[in-house]
Amino acid sequence: MKKTGLVVGVAAVLVWCLLPVAWIVSLSFKSQDAVSNGTDPGFLPLDSFTGWDNYQAVWDDEQFRRAILNSLGISLIATLLSVIIATLAAYAIARLEFRGKKFVLTVALAIAMFPVVSLVSPLFDLWRTIGLYDTWPGLIIPYMSFTLPLAIWTLSAFFREIPWEMEQAAQVDGATSWQAFRKVIVPLAAPGVFTAAILTFFFAWNDFVFGITLTSTENARPIPAALSFFVGPDPFQRPAGLLAAAAVIATIPIVVIVLLFQRKIVAGLTSGAVKG
Amino acid sequence: MAAITMKNIVKKYGDGFPAVNDVSIDVADGEFVILVGPSGCGKSTLLRMIVGLEDITSGDMVIGDKRVNDLAPRERNLAMVFQNYALYPHLSVYENIAFPLRLAGASNDEVDKKVREASKTLELDEHLERKPANLSGGQRQRVAMGRAIVREADAFLFDEPLSNLDAKLRGQMRTEISRLQKKLGITTVYVTHDQTEAMTLGDRVAVLKRGVLQQLASPRELYDNPGNLFVAGFIGSPPMNFLPAEVDGTTVKLPFGSVQIPADKAEKVAGKGLLIAGIRPENFEDASVIEAKDEASTFTAKVEVVEWLGNETYAYIPFEAPPEVEEQLRQLERDLDGESLRTQLVVALDGTSRIKEGEEAQIWIDSRKMHLFDPATGENLTVDKANAGRILGNAMAEAAEQPAAAG
Repeated sequence: MKKTGLVVGVAAVLVWCLLPVAWIVSLSFKSQDAVSNGTDPGFLPLDSFTGWDNYQAVWDDEQFRRAILNSLGISLIATLLSVIIATLAAYAIARLEFRGKKFVLTVALAIAMFPVVSLVSPLFDLWRTIGLYDTWPGLIIPYMSFTLPLAIWTLSAFFREIPWEMEQAAQVDGATSWQAFRKVIVPLAAPGVFTAAILTFFFAWNDFVFGITLTSTENARPIPAALSFFVGPDPFQRPAGLLAAAAVIATIPIVVIVLLFQRKIVAGLTSGAVKG
Repeated sequence: MAAITMKNIVKKYGDGFPAVNDVSIDVADGEFVILVGPSGCGKSTLLRMIVGLEDITSGDMVIGDKRVNDLAPRERNLAMVFQNYALYPHLSVYENIAFPLRLAGASNDEVDKKVREASKTLELDEHLERKPANLSGGQRQRVAMGRAIVREADAFLFDEPLSNLDAKLRGQMRTEISRLQKKLGITTVYVTHDQTEAMTLGDRVAVLKRGVLQQLASPRELYDNPGNLFVAGFIGSPPMNFLPAEVDGTTVKLPFGSVQIPADKAEKVAGKGLLIAGIRPENFEDASVIEAKDEASTFTAKVEVVEWLGNETYAYIPFEAPPEVEEQLRQLERDLDGESLRTQLVVALDGTSRIKEGEEAQIWIDSRKMHLFDPATGENLTVDKANAGRILGNAMAEAAEQPAAAG
């Protein structure tokens, strides 16, 4: 009885969460006409099944490939920089005593709470003036500023969990502070580092507001923004099938990255370091 | 290998509280010195100042012939075993032991040779590829020691290394540490709050109380000639009994009756009024089981509780202490981290003793072994200074200035 309840519950949650995704996948296999005219309203594409045609069409689109590249590049660079800076900052916050520590943490949190939309128009003006408009750095910088606070908070919690003795032992063993940090602290904080990396990558990859406002050409336009500009062969008809296929392709990197990083987020990595 | 010299070491924290106050200890090359005391006495702080994890407020820390006050831990070439072992959980046992060598830039062959050597000494061979999380407490302890012995450090520092082990393992590891230290002949400083470890391991033992060195002496000297009430109460288990005493000539009046003490002891305490007598539990005996007993040192008391342990018997005898002594004894109990509910005498009798609970028993005192303490300063008035090592502490400093005052 209890077991069936569990199965039903899990199934309900899965259907609730995955239905939109499943629907998009289904759309991506239907032909353009069938979607526009509603001739095949069922979930499974039956007579309107077009195979990989939509995917092929999307992939052949120069603009789309460029947008994917932009998104990957911008997100990965933002993630990398953000994680490096956050690791160093969080370590300082967790381990060092300095004036204004509380202030740094509070400001970081305040930034995280700042509504993204309110920053868009000032940034638009600013970027146009200083020449960052429609460039990669023009997107990387705002992404970092919004993901850093969260990353710093997550990582400093992880660093606090690592016993002080680990580092002291390393220092007694002959390590410099930097060696102790790199060889002992960072490996132990790896789950935290990967958590921060995933969060940052999510934010950067999924962002739409910055992506659409701070870019104007395929020079830097990321995939979510590019999708909204997507036009099929017929300008009077919304290319729903193509859009769905593009959306599925855009989802793939994030699934891959999560699966990749998830294996690294193993709880209890520090167990065995110290007694108790 | 090197001697460690601490000269007037002081550690003050931000609030000005001296955690370690004017401590001077010389550790000879190859010597095994124990720092012991109740929690909060500054023993760990002192150790961490030796290794460089804690700044020294004032004083000189000299290792070998180099003043190391301003050197970073890695420049001091010391090896330390932490209380919680501080193994690197992401590295295998092999890499844990190899860690200091890798940092020093040793070649792979050299690392392998030394790690295998250390693991053989510590019988860790079959665990080399495992991670610390999968090891038992004793094995982790050995890995921590392996990491210390693998490099040729000038000295070993141990910070309560056995406090996380169970009683049986603790005994084994204690012997292991002792064996290893003798084999390597390396200077060792060992912090513990366990007086058994202090007595069994150390060449010399430094007893600390609230950051002040009380006495620095060999275990035997500490046991036989404690410099003050604190040391007397701290060393020995069950602890020394403290009784109010009044001396008149060679007669000492105790709560249970009077006993005779040797003339030389009596002379040192003449005219001092109310004193505290300290007698170890084993210096009592059931008067019925000894033959050549001195009638003058026998008293009768009602035994409240008897614990028979086979080889010996502990008997507990409650007594009333006068308020001025009682206050001092309560303070002492607080200093020793204890909780005294009542003043009672613990006597260790022979295992063949037939004394029963609630009985009036004839107890004999070996009064030659009795110590007499000044209740105001806690100083041991009857101490044999020639065999007591170095006695310090606040009360002792004053006493040292006027050594003849007692006579």
